[in-house]
Amino acid sequence: MNAYVGTPTSRIDGRAKVTGAAKYAGEFSADGLLYGFVVEATIPRGRIARIDAGDALQVKGVVDVLTHAHRPPLADNDDAWKDEVAPEKGSPFRPLYDDRIRFNGQPIALVVADDWETAKFAATRVRVEYDREAFATDLESEHGKAGKLDRPHKPRGDAAAALAGAAVRHQADYVLPTEHHNPMELYATTVVRDGSGRLTVHDKTQGVQNVHKFLCSVFNKKPDDLRVVSPYVGGAFGSGLRPQYQVVLAVLAALELKRSVRVVLTRQQMYGLGYRPMTIERVALGARPDGTLDAVTHEATAVTSRYEDFSRNDTGWAEQLYKSPNSLFSHKLVDLDLSTPCDMRAPGAASGVCALECAMDELAVALKLDPIELRLKCYSDRDQSEDLPYTSKQLRECYARGAEAFGWTRRNPAPRSMRDGKELVGWGMATGVWEALQMPVAVRIVLTSNGHAEVSCAASDIGTGTYTIVAQVAADALGLPIENIDVKLADSTLPQAPVEGGSWMAASSAHAVLGAAEDIRLELARLAKAVPASPLGGVDAPDVILVDGTIAKAGDKARAVSIADAMRHGKLERIEKQKLNHFAEDKSHARNTHSAVFAEVKVDEELGVIRVTRVVSAVAAGRILNTKTGRSQIMGGVVWGIGMALHEETVMDHRFGRIMNANIAEYHIPVNADVHDIDVIFVDEPDDRINRLGVKGLGEIGIVGVPAAIANAVYHATGKRIRRFPITLDKLLD
Amino acid sequence: MNNFQYSRATDIADAIRLLTADPGAKLIAGGTNLIDLMKENVERPSRLIDISRLPLRDIEETAGGGLRIGALVPNSDLAYHPLVEQRYPLLAAAILAGASAQLRNMASVGGNLMQRTRCAYFYDTATPCNKREPGSGCSAIDGLNRNHAILGTSASCIATNPSDMSVALVALGALVHIAGPSGQRAIALIDFHRLPEDKPHVDTNLGTGEIIAAVELPKHGFARNYSYLKIRDRLSYAFALVSVAAALELDGNAISEARLALGGVAHKPWRSLEAEAALRGRAATPDHFSRAADLLLQGATSRAHNRFKIELARRAIVRTLIQAAGATPQSQAHKKIA
Ligand SMILES: Cc1cc2nc3c(=O)[nH]c(=O)nc-3n(C[C@H](O)[C@H](O)[C@H](O)COP(=O)(O)OP(=O)(O)OC[C@H]3O[C@@H](n4cnc5c(N)ncnc54)[C@H](O)[C@@H]3O)c2cc1C
Ligand code: SF4
Repeated sequence: MNAYVGTPTSRIDGRAKVTGAAKYAGEFSADGLLYGFVVEATIPRGRIARIDAGDALQVKGVVDVLTHAHRPPLADNDDAWKDEVAPEKGSPFRPLYDDRIRFNGQPIALVVADDWETAKFAATRVRVEYDREAFATDLESEHGKAGKLDRPHKPRGDAAAALAGAAVRHQADYVLPTEHHNPMELYATTVVRDGSGRLTVHDKTQGVQNVHKFLCSVFNKKPDDLRVVSPYVGGAFGSGLRPQYQVVLAVLAALELKRSVRVVLTRQQMYGLGYRPMTIERVALGARPDGTLDAVTHEATAVTSRYEDFSRNDTGWAEQLYKSPNSLFSHKLVDLDLSTPCDMRAPGAASGVCALECAMDELAVALKLDPIELRLKCYSDRDQSEDLPYTSKQLRECYARGAEAFGWTRRNPAPRSMRDGKELVGWGMATGVWEALQMPVAVRIVLTSNGHAEVSCAASDIGTGTYTIVAQVAADALGLPIENIDVKLADSTLPQAPVEGGSWMAASSAHAVLGAAEDIRLELARLAKAVPASPLGGVDAPDVILVDGTIAKAGDKARAVSIADAMRHGKLERIEKQKLNHFAEDKSHARNTHSAVFAEVKVDEELGVIRVTRVVSAVAAGRILNTKTGRSQIMGGVVWGIGMALHEETVMDHRFGRIMNANIAEYHIPVNADVHDIDVIFVDEPDDRINRLGVKGLGEIGIVGVPAAIANAVYHATGKRIRRFPITLDKLLD
Repeated sequence: MNNFQYSRATDIADAIRLLTADPGAKLIAGGTNLIDLMKENVERPSRLIDISRLPLRDIEETAGGGLRIGALVPNSDLAYHPLVEQRYPLLAAAILAGASAQLRNMASVGGNLMQRTRCAYFYDTATPCNKREPGSGCSAIDGLNRNHAILGTSASCIATNPSDMSVALVALGALVHIAGPSGQRAIALIDFHRLPEDKPHVDTNLGTGEIIAAVELPKHGFARNYSYLKIRDRLSYAFALVSVAAALELDGNAISEARLALGGVAHKPWRSLEAEAALRGRAATPDHFSRAADLLLQGATSRAHNRFKIELARRAIVRTLIQAAGATPQSQAHKKIA
């Protein structure tokens, strides 16, 4: 029954969000709540020689000032500090642990007071003296010190030789700057301590169970000592995958002072958290005269901290997209005196595919081929890294549908050939690709005899629409109206879920719902058949469906027993089933989502002002569970892609190792005036291999390819190839 | 943020008295700039003197046919006031090119004139800055200076004044009415803001204990041939890389009067009488506009990252004059540069 799945169902939590009924981590309160304000390091590297909280403690209303020298015990080994998303290699950051300064903006003290303003004021009275050490924060000047990482992509053939012998070659470096997530909601934790000392930790996070496990190990607590909840998250985009330092500080203070404590970071302080690492992407393509590829090499050099090796898959996407007998991929890291980078929407791909797709555009120009034609000539039906077919891959259809909607055939290939008054018009396109992952998730359904169901799971909804799709799938599977489904998420005591990220939650949670609902169906079938003179007598369980609040025979809805009757006769008030999702082990196929992105820019020829006037994004991502929230996801990705192409950049002064635009007035993201027409097309992509519903996930794919499509359009408009992002007007005027 | 005393001024005299009594005191109007700077510990006033309830919210016609605008008139009210829309659309356009609707609702005329630079080092107390801490050095000169000044800079400071409204007011020849311990005075707005010289911590020529009471516009509003063009890193809600206020009086295609001012390029709104004189009596053609641009930009210098501003300003001046001459002013609502 599909009354809801695949439809544009409105968010079930929408009303709570727009009316303010939805509460976020920093909005929970408690009797006698204390407020913590973070004091940050103002140097990038060294030691705290002296930290003097004397003056701060004199301020009326200040309760305590926690520092590395004054705090309750914290775990002393790396394993305890490794959360489920921590890089394999490294020693995770431990706030207030010792006197070492590892990055500018590092928390070095927490001032706790009766109210936030007092804490904030007293924070300016904490005196710190440093022993400064030499430091480096600049990827480009430290490029030579890059260390190599092993990547999963094996070399194929002899890329160097093939490149050297290629008829047409293109090689270039593309520079992607550091970017910060800037979710609307500030990072915040409210720890509510009950009379028995149990802590309820309201935290802004993408994974309550990850935070729960982390806190238990860092503070040496038993699972029952604390509970982590995060019912609503005002955006996180990857920044909340790992527990952030404010949750440690809030719990630290709550334990030390035996009080409830809230810590909210300022917008500026959030620039001391993770970020998308600056990356220099070197791509080399070698082609035969007919436009087929003979060699692909892609080498990324990215920023990481000195204490952890963070890296994502920037390179190697060409293995999935473009046929080439020879390939070589490598990823290098440069250790700098910065905090560890973290995942940010489509980590790795957003940057790596941007470089690859700009390079493909440059190759198309060199070959005098239409960019789509080049991509079709190189189209790969197999993932070459493992030489596997795909569960489904409708990328060809994405090119076709996208091109048609965009009007691509009317494009004059010559740069600077199209104009509209004072503006040069440019049309560019690029491919997007992401993984279709699925993870173990368990869901509990409690069905009550009045035909209402509560569906619960520890998964977070970071604004992506998890509440809604869980309700849709449950409503369809249980044959109930969606209004009868109550969804509970993001509580560490609920059935297991990993962090919400990687675009895996839709498929994973949907199939956990199906599993639990199936057990409910079997139970209801048993009960319905036991009803005296049951119309379902003789009907086998597989032929029983749940529809319109009844248990009915498939194909003959008239033969039905109401849920209420079945449960009454069975003397059951509630049926509770919990199930872990199950996906058949299948290494025989690659699983990916794809997109073709088309962008129109208009560039004021004299002034260099760039407008992205049209974007068409044609996406193949299996079955779309909710076409409304799905479309919003892709639109959000496109808007972010506009920002990545034209606006976003964390600017650092390397003489101080400090970020100089740590606020959203100066860190630019697109505003309404920068966003024009965005057309989202979901291409049909039936996939009965990947999972029962044929779902792949949509979180990341929306952004991948967008910056490249825009950069390529800017080239087409102006004849200028800007390889250092963002493309600001000064770069065009130069 | 520091702790501070709070007083609500009962009238202008009270505000002046409070200001004079406490050298660490600051006036607060809309608070949209001051509070931000206090949160960053850049401004640490000992006392806030709240003037927001003083009766300085009127917009009245003057005997000479001009307009007197109270210092507390919110930026939005000013931009949408019928007399301003009809007679001084250049001012309305400049205001609407700035900030966001929410900020413009809070921001006052006086506060807008007094807003401080957006130089990133000025905002970051962990870095040297002569404007914030006299004598500590200028981090921008050899640092990140993409947004910095190309005109009127000094060896101590290369910051810009971020106001859009002031650029139009300077072009229109506005006066600032000031009330202070020794009475009232009025000065031309062009003389209100200072160049940095060796005292970049002093933004304006407002004296101790003085308060802006009003801004006065002369009669001539250039309501037909004007344009305000702001070039920035996104199409709205960003400070100007370069902005241009242009106003012309045309007799056929001949220019009988011209006003031209630049924002985002100097420590104060930049106007050159020489450039305007070069337009007067000439035909409204791109060549003459170019010539005026060169004069206006005379002496422009650049640092490592702001060289583009000189050429950008030159082109923006020409474009704005073309818009003004054609009576096709830049719209602040369209997502497009005309
Ligand atoms: C995110 C952001 C973006 C912005 N973008 C722009 C932009 O694009 N263009 C632009 O022009 N502006 C922009 N602004 C700045 C905005 O215009 C100013 O903050 C505003 O005009 C200040 O007015 P206010 O009344 O809030 O001043 P306040 O913050 O109250 O005061 C500012 C200063 O003026 C002094 N002051 C106030 N009134 C008087 C008076 N009557 N006499 C003497 N001194 C006085 C105060 O003591 C204080 O020093 C932006 C601001 C923000 C926060
Ligand atoms: S330009 Fe002026 S405001 Fe900026 S750092 Fe230098 S002195 Fe300070």
